[in-house]
Amino acid sequence: MTYEKRYDGRDFDETRKVEIKMGVIPRANGSAMFSFGNTKAIAAVYGPRLMHPQHLQNPEKAVLRCSYDMLSFSVTERKKPGPSRRSSEISHVIMNALTPVLQLENFPNAVIDLEIEIIQADASTRCAGINAAALALAHAGIPMTDLISAVSVGNIGNKICIDITKEEEDYEEDGEKLATDIPVAFAPRKNRLTLLQLDGKVKPEVLKKVIEAGNKACMKINEAQKKALRDLKMETELPEEEEK
Amino acid sequence: MEAKKEAEENEEMKKTEKKPKKGESKKEEKSEKILKIPRDIVVPGEVIVSGEDYLPSDGTMRESMNIIATRFGLVEFIGRLVKVIPLSGVYIPRRGNTVIGKVIDITYNGLRLDIGAPYEAFLPMKECFFPHGRELEEYFNIGDMIIVKIFSIRRGDINLTMRDRGLNKLEGGMTITVNPNKVPRVIGKEGSMVNMIKQETGCLIVVGQNGIIWIRGENIDAELLAKEAILLITSKSHIEGLTDFVQDFLEKAKKGKEKLIK
Repeated sequence: MTYEKRYDGRDFDETRKVEIKMGVIPRANGSAMFSFGNTKAIAAVYGPRLMHPQHLQNPEKAVLRCSYDMLSFSVTERKKPGPSRRSSEISHVIMNALTPVLQLENFPNAVIDLEIEIIQADASTRCAGINAAALALAHAGIPMTDLISAVSVGNIGNKICIDITKEEEDYEEDGEKLATDIPVAFAPRKNRLTLLQLDGKVKPEVLKKVIEAGNKACMKINEAQKKALRDLKMETELPEEEEK
Repeated sequence: MEAKKEAEENEEMKKTEKKPKKGESKKEEKSEKILKIPRDIVVPGEVIVSGEDYLPSDGTMRESMNIIATRFGLVEFIGRLVKVIPLSGVYIPRRGNTVIGKVIDITYNGLRLDIGAPYEAFLPMKECFFPHGRELEEYFNIGDMIIVKIFSIRRGDINLTMRDRGLNKLEGGMTITVNPNKVPRVIGKEGSMVNMIKQETGCLIVVGQNGIIWIRGENIDAELLAKEAILLITSKSHIEGLTDFVQDFLEKAKKGKEKLIK
């Protein structure tokens, strides 16, 4: 028996409904909300501003300080608030996924604070987080050479699925866990891979297919991201009547 | 429907334009292709111009044959220069800008100011301007707002000066903060917008390039009216004929107030 039809009836190369809102946090220099179906991430960017404490300053370039966290109500069983082993690892991974496109040398000794909060989790939270973060960074006017997009690709019972859900992540056959979660992130203009993680088992030849599938999905997500940024300008261009 | 037809026509036009070019020679094909028109919105990573006839300026970068945008904003061509006018983001200081800063520290040889830039700015004592015979720390207090000019920028160091006309400590009035990228709109062409608000409300207004605006009027109502007008400009900054729009707004507001008084 194999995984023939997806639990939510999607095609195997289809992402969940992508929803983007820009400027969700008015006090931040840039912010965005990105959601894949039930997975919702908000990202806020503060700065560039002077790095404090001073010993963390880099005189060559700015530092991107990432913080990823899941809010305690984001999952079915209450998550204990505060940083954990998992969240600090993902913060680091997100930082590494985003820095290749940022032109940080423009702001020596400065820091760019990036806060990612998952307000609702249904797998692939880090990918939603990266997508939201890329938009927030663009919104904050940070110079960068590309807009990163990320998606999680799953190898569920020998089927390559795009943007897996929690249900699929826990897929089992005869009590044996057969789901592999592979989050990928791309810098789409040059098709550079900036994030590749693997949770589970996968054959080398399948991995290649997974990356290709992820690339295709990332391109679609990138279009949605670009559209969201363009629409943001339209909003400022033609605001609703606000008097009275 | 009309719009669609127009778009189709445009596409046809493009096709007919492109065809002869391809036929001519290989050199022609290599020449620049402008993919964006002025005031188009670009997102980071988008190609603005391909070819070697243009030069990258602020917010853009050259990558082999292409000029790509590195910031989110509007495209602008100045002669052969390609530029992106940012729509958001923090204030990036430029030499010669007049800004309004807040004193955050007083040291033995000058003042440290927060001007809303990524770095703190320093105003040396010898560049300060204050009444004769008074001490620096006596005249300036932490939290004071000062109009200053950016004298030099060297990497993370911003040096300020007060030795110019109109640069002084601010007394009375109120300061408001707007998006620094909208400051050109608040000022208007050759100061038309801000002068109009000044005339209509009778307020003194100083607009810092960093988005901090100081308003002082005869009474609080005039100040609030000027503030409202400025906030209106920033929220509707892309409307055509904005100066007239704001003038209408101010006149209406004034009439409304007169009625209330009567």
